[in-house]
Amino acid sequence: MEREREDSATKYFHVLCSYMRKFIFRILSMGTIPNHIAFIMDGNRRYAKKHNLWADDAAGHKAGFLALASMLKYCYELGIKCASIYALSIDNFKRRPNEVQYVMDLMLEKIQGLLKEESIVQKYGARVYFRGNMTLLTEPIRVAAEKAMVATANNTGMMLFICVAYTSTDEIVHAIQESCNNKWVGIQEANGSKARNQAIRDVEYQIEEKAIIKLRDIEKHMYMDVAPDPDILIRTSGEHRLSNFQLWQTTYCLLYSPAVLWPEIGLRHLVRAVLDFPQHRSYLEKKKEQA
Amino acid sequence: MLFSLSLSPTTLTSSPRFKFHSCPHVLPPKPPPPRLRASSQAHHVILEDNGSFAGAGAAVEENILPAGLRTESMPRHVALVMDGNRRWARLRGLPVGSGYEAGVRALRAIVELCCKLGIRVLSVFAFSSENWFRPQVEVEFLMDLFERGMRDEMGSLLRENIRISVIGDSSKLSRSLQELIKRTEEATKTNCGLQLIVAVSYSGQYDIVQACQKIAIKVKDGLIEPNNINESLIEQELETNCTEFPYPDLLIRTSGELRISNFLLWQLAYTELFFAKSLWPDFGEVEFLEALKAFQQRQRRYGGRDF
Repeated sequence: MEREREDSATKYFHVLCSYMRKFIFRILSMGTIPNHIAFIMDGNRRYAKKHNLWADDAAGHKAGFLALASMLKYCYELGIKCASIYALSIDNFKRRPNEVQYVMDLMLEKIQGLLKEESIVQKYGARVYFRGNMTLLTEPIRVAAEKAMVATANNTGMMLFICVAYTSTDEIVHAIQESCNNKWVGIQEANGSKARNQAIRDVEYQIEEKAIIKLRDIEKHMYMDVAPDPDILIRTSGEHRLSNFQLWQTTYCLLYSPAVLWPEIGLRHLVRAVLDFPQHRSYLEKKKEQA
Repeated sequence: MLFSLSLSPTTLTSSPRFKFHSCPHVLPPKPPPPRLRASSQAHHVILEDNGSFAGAGAAVEENILPAGLRTESMPRHVALVMDGNRRWARLRGLPVGSGYEAGVRALRAIVELCCKLGIRVLSVFAFSSENWFRPQVEVEFLMDLFERGMRDEMGSLLRENIRISVIGDSSKLSRSLQELIKRTEEATKTNCGLQLIVAVSYSGQYDIVQACQKIAIKVKDGLIEPNNINESLIEQELETNCTEFPYPDLLIRTSGELRISNFLLWQLAYTELFFAKSLWPDFGEVEFLEALKAFQQRQRRYGGRDF
């Protein structure tokens, strides 16, 4: 009987929290809200250490996943159109093999979970994109990621970018390779159609023109090209660095570094970041005008 | 309207590494700078990898690091975004030019401090490619300030054994400034003390684009295959190839703005970021040492190492 009372009380408490949250979000969304929030989910391992969860190498990461689910829910409820997460850096492959394996297993489990109806992605109609150097991942993960992208391709809700086997420098190298490959094809075509005398000079000029790579050429070959640039980058655990995440895309964005560990991130941190955004936005607007 | 409130990030101000100026018009009294003590072991404390402090032939100052700083974890390369000159002037009812001049004085002091602390490279974001959009009068004033500054400081650069490198799209600068830059770089290229990298008409994104263009020409000429392009190749073509230490360990941005603003994009991949509330002309020894202490307390894991 007492147990039933407790369960009811908990249920009412959650319902009340939900209503309060939606009320806060209603007010926030009357002002300026960011289009895209990027997350560096730092602090899972320190969280596991803090709570003596060393028996399970992936314990911190499991707790981190729950925090991620909450954050994505809040972003959806607030009306944020796009979120990106630094799920797995290429640098993380340098960690202990046990930990890397646990993270990969957890990732596969969670990606397969995205396909289920009750997953947060399906619930909120989010379209999922996996971005990174996918050749570095095992085939089961690549296949699962592809399936998840296809399954959510028609979703018109939030865009969720999951960066796996990703670093910004690798992304830029890849973009430059692709730009050069494309220009190389263009040059070879121009070479193939060389004519004589006066016309040769025109074609050589075309070759020179085609050889000049512009900013837009590089941008369109970035892994993150379909995403708008992040407005806010939230990195938890109080570390103030980018760790090779979206260096190109975050060069003007608001950098927010709450001291809390990722599994402990809460609604108040998101609200704080969103409240600080309007002042930053006026700077971004000025930049766009200049461009 | 709720959203017209300007809220400072309390997560930053609650951290001991940040000063919060509750009223920007009243600058908090600065404590006297920590005094550097003489020590017979001093030259070992300050020396870095190659053992050189002030360069061959120059007298080594017998000082040790200020209390709380450790030699072994001093940053080799510090980058500065010197923000807040105009706000500093506006707060005092002075013309914008006075803010920039005060900024130059602050820079001079920090350069001197870096020399004393044995920092190898200091890069400063003097003028971004976006700054060309500022009012013409202001841009001309700044260009004039660069020219005058470079000309006037030549003597002390040589005396202090400082090497100057200028990065950025110099094609937009006046012919006289371009030539002065070349002469200054040439005159100081053998100096082996602090390397001062001045970014003028610079953009981190453009740095990558120009590196890419150079690589594309090599591809066109058949010197490399596109699939052989790697991070090392790009690093060699970035404008920071003028230094042995192209990646800043620490980036300091003043005036409380929490962004990078297109400075050294590729190079900042693992850089520790420190956001100081002070406006640039007010950023002095105390604030710089605070930033260094905060840097030394950080754990740098590069995505891999256990903590």
